[in-house]
Amino acid sequence: MQEFKVLSPTAILGYGFPEESFKNGLAKKPDIIAVDGGSTDPGPYYLGAGVSFTDREAVKRDLRLMLKAGKELGIPVLVGTAGGSGANAHLAWTEDIVKEIVREENLELKVAVIPAEISKEEILKEHEKGNIKPLPPARELTREEIENTSRIVGQMGLEPIMAALDNDVDLVLTGRAYDPTVFAAPCIKAGFPEGLALHMGKILECASIAATPGSGSDCMLGTLRHDHFILEALNPERKCTVTSIAAHTLYEKSNPYKLPGPGGTIDLQEAEFVQLDDRRVKVSGSKFIPSKEYTIKLEGAKRTGYRTISIAGTRDPIMIRQIDEILEAVKGMVKNNFAHIGSDDYQILFAVYGRDGVMGKLEPEKSVVPHELGIVIEVVAKTQELANTICSFTRSSLLHYGYPGRIATAGNLAFRYSPSDIPAGEVYEFSVYHLLTVDDPNKYFPVTIKTMKGSE
Amino acid sequence: MGIPITELAEVIRSKNSGPYELTMDIIFKDFDSYEMVKEKNVINKELISRLYQIPEKDICSIINFDPAKAIKITIKRPIVAGAIGESDVYGAQQHAPLLSIEV
Repeated sequence: MQEFKVLSPTAILGYGFPEESFKNGLAKKPDIIAVDGGSTDPGPYYLGAGVSFTDREAVKRDLRLMLKAGKELGIPVLVGTAGGSGANAHLAWTEDIVKEIVREENLELKVAVIPAEISKEEILKEHEKGNIKPLPPARELTREEIENTSRIVGQMGLEPIMAALDNDVDLVLTGRAYDPTVFAAPCIKAGFPEGLALHMGKILECASIAATPGSGSDCMLGTLRHDHFILEALNPERKCTVTSIAAHTLYEKSNPYKLPGPGGTIDLQEAEFVQLDDRRVKVSGSKFIPSKEYTIKLEGAKRTGYRTISIAGTRDPIMIRQIDEILEAVKGMVKNNFAHIGSDDYQILFAVYGRDGVMGKLEPEKSVVPHELGIVIEVVAKTQELANTICSFTRSSLLHYGYPGRIATAGNLAFRYSPSDIPAGEVYEFSVYHLLTVDDPNKYFPVTIKTMKGSE
Repeated sequence: MGIPITELAEVIRSKNSGPYELTMDIIFKDFDSYEMVKEKNVINKELISRLYQIPEKDICSIINFDPAKAIKITIKRPIVAGAIGESDVYGAQQHAPLLSIEV
């Protein structure tokens, strides 16, 4: 095999893509269609609660086009990190969408499903054996933290996906997977070098974000040969330039020369980016350096409470000048009124937009006095009811608080909405972000082969 | 008065690098500007420490990336992404202090 073509329709399954770009990609006769489904960027809630950050209808639209095209061309479709976070709930959610499409389109698919959730019992065992290490600046994991965590996933490497491809499948659906793997595994299986395959995967997983003008909702094609790969945006209005591709290599990572992943590191110290023509970039020199120990990145989130928020604004300069004192005083009022409730049972936070709402502690310009402020009252409590109670009371206390020098005595806040308080549900935080050392890369990622038929 | 960094750079951005770190990229318009800023060692720990009011130990790295004519700064997040009290889940709006740099 001289070359291997990978079509990446979109940066995240459900982010969409123009059908025209996708058709341009299919016309190039790709060997696979692959897409990344996930990210930790949208925050800990989605992993913890087992909910996708992408919309079901949008995911179904993208998947329908991909599955039909895969079937027509007789090539496999691969979906990495199904449902956004890749735990069992997310994988089942995506599988359900696939089943619906199979029924509606009357398809027959041979599907490999690879879960990536690891039970707390297994994690506790690995922890006791000393196989789990923190990824700095995360802290050492404790037994208590593991027990409090709602869901833990491991980022699978290439091996489970390559094992799945042994079964001549139409679709590979994975739980949490290291982003480049669904793109790279089929290439490596076809005999192409790991370093180039993984580097190409690293770029393709973001689809046209690496092109200029960039977009997370448009298609890219990667053509891998034995000593280089070529990237091409499939929308004629975009192009790949050395700058756009090299700049993308920086995106979302701390060190652009060394990208650690399961089983080793993509080393780009000798990578070369060359403009092939107006629209295509050629990359060579990317290497894969296997590590001594095979490590899997673990991600976990735990529930920390329930949230209620209220969004308001103030336009009063007398109030704005002493906003910190006012907010502190209101916190005190709430505490006094609910003295019978433990102060550990709830937290009151005020995000003050127009001052440091965006940057918090990192904000250097704290002394600027703006003419208006947006205030988000946020309460996180042990139960939703308590969060509602404390938020309601904080809101009414702040609305009518008689601060020194007050002239506007009718009310201190402008509310955009009625009802003014919004119960925002469960609150999670990342509790596990660690490396697990394994002897067998496939241990926690068993492959199941299923046949789905539309006519049954 | 030096040259504002916004005249030399094409891209100045911030983003999460995992939930515990923030990474900032300054991508220059041309290699001359990049080389000049690199040579003068304008982007250093002392400057970042001052702009973000953080101790130097919270600056994970400052890396020059020649292929993209870019300088990358990575700092420890004061609060883990998405945790209570954290204000920018994606970390995409933490770049503004860099816009005030003069060369």
